[in-house]
Amino acid sequence: MKTKFAMVFAAGLAAAACASTANQGAVDPNASSGITSTAIPGSEQDFVEQTGERVFFELDSYALRSDGRAALERQAAWLQQYPDVEVLVAGNCDERGTREYNLALGARRANAARDYLVSLGVSPSRITTISYGKERPLDPRSNEEAWALNRNAHTQIVSGAVS
Amino acid sequence: MMRLVVRVMAGLAFALAAFAPALAQEEIRITQGELRARPISVPDFIGPDEASRALGADIAGVIINDLESSGWFDASDPASHIQQISDIDVQPRFADWRLIGSEALVAGSVEVLSSGDVRVAFRLWNVQTQSQMAGLRFETTRDNWRRVAHQVADRVYERLLGDEGYFDTRIVYIHESGPKTNPVTRLAIMDQDGANPEFLTNGDYMVLLPTFSPTAQQIAYVSFRDMRPTTYLFDIETGREERLFEISPEAESYSARFSPDGQSIVTTVSQGGNSDIHVFNLSTRRLTRITNEPSLEAEPSFDPTGRRIVFRSNRAGESSSHLYTMNVDGTDVRRLTFGQGIYGTPVWSPRGDYIAFTNQSRGQFRLGVIRPDGTGERIITQNFKIDRPTWSPNGRVLMFSVEYPGSQIRKEIRTIDVTGRNERVLNTPGNASDPAWSPLLR
Repeated sequence: MKTKFAMVFAAGLAAAACASTANQGAVDPNASSGITSTAIPGSEQDFVEQTGERVFFELDSYALRSDGRAALERQAAWLQQYPDVEVLVAGNCDERGTREYNLALGARRANAARDYLVSLGVSPSRITTISYGKERPLDPRSNEEAWALNRNAHTQIVSGAVS
Repeated sequence: MMRLVVRVMAGLAFALAAFAPALAQEEIRITQGELRARPISVPDFIGPDEASRALGADIAGVIINDLESSGWFDASDPASHIQQISDIDVQPRFADWRLIGSEALVAGSVEVLSSGDVRVAFRLWNVQTQSQMAGLRFETTRDNWRRVAHQVADRVYERLLGDEGYFDTRIVYIHESGPKTNPVTRLAIMDQDGANPEFLTNGDYMVLLPTFSPTAQQIAYVSFRDMRPTTYLFDIETGREERLFEISPEAESYSARFSPDGQSIVTTVSQGGNSDIHVFNLSTRRLTRITNEPSLEAEPSFDPTGRRIVFRSNRAGESSSHLYTMNVDGTDVRRLTFGQGIYGTPVWSPRGDYIAFTNQSRGQFRLGVIRPDGTGERIITQNFKIDRPTWSPNGRVLMFSVEYPGSQIRKEIRTIDVTGRNERVLNTPGNASDPAWSPLLR
């Protein structure tokens, strides 16, 4: 539930930023107003911005790619900086493949990400995993671009973040 | 909650002295390779009053729909009927039915009793040999009328094709709604023909991959109720949901299929990301791991004897997926498939003669069957996505999920004859997936 509160708060910040720029008549807050919203260090938004919350996989694979390892290294560094934070790593798949197979594959992806975080010194007690299989696609379309996005392990903060 | 219990109180064959005795041995068997649908006549069941006649028309409609959906029957247009049946206990004028090309005639009656119950009777006639092939009377509550119609259709199918019917059955499935990125899934149940759809869960948490117990009173399925995919049991009578086992807080389990004796469930359990096949004994509550491989094992299904299990594994190489069979204790593993593409969702026919499967390659799914000894592999249909084949209780029809590409959920349930003929879309309210066929309910 803390996740939800944090998300609402982040959305609130964005809305505030928009409101302040609207007063100055700017359309794009980042382009023309000179006002940018910066995530509070240690917040969920900070984690997302600093680390990249998702690592991506090849078709039918749960092997970490080099860009995925780099993202997990950033996640591990961030998590060591904020030792009270606990995370959930969700494994996701593209829509190709059967439902049950994708549940099993999603679990592999979540655990591949988890294992790498643990190898980098994050305590296993701070990480839980879940597989959503292909049931929670990020991009609903049925094309290569969407499928590439939907094959991921998604690290989400569940507690301990600064809000 | 809801009763699936058979409430047909009497099913009495009656043979009247005026007729030649019912010829039990006589049947018209459709041989392999004969693809012609058999012409049959099912006039509206007659009745003594308006209410009975209205019900009689509904019953005939359900019987015709059942028989025609099998692909093996073609019902005559009532407008072509020469004889109007007025008494089912009088032998029909066979010449009249022969003239319009019917090979068989179902003559039936219905009476709504003052108690509110209904009495339904029918006789099945072989028009060619001018003899009665079946005759039954049912007395039951009125709300059972569709089941009575399905039972009549089952008798007709059995007598004319020499094979067990499958119309008095139900389907458990997943109803899906909402956006594709965050769908609402609900456990749902309906009659085999899509009638009487009903939700069993309210969509508060994700549910997937249901299957029936051999008594059709329980459903095993995957629920995200505990925040992670876990095998649950749903009792249809009580509406109670029960988590089956907990190995560790992190373990997940995907799908479950009952053994033919209903005593155990085979499932896929994932721990630390590695999935293996497990058997859960429902009486001892003991979970036994029966594969122990670093590869991905999933989608297990029992054979009709309960002695062997078919499953998929990528043990032959990470980018491959093949089907294997083994004993229930995990011994005597045999690789079943060697073809191209990704094999999955094997499910053993109740007859034991075939294993249905999906095969994914070149952006398409194929639905196929293979004999348990690895011979006779053939593809019976294909589509963008096919999942969860399930057999009719007589092993002649496959039902499966089809999913269309696109940003909106579009899923439907189809049926197809195991020969590859007669592919049909089942009429369901909204998006439907993961069908599982019940055993015969009687």
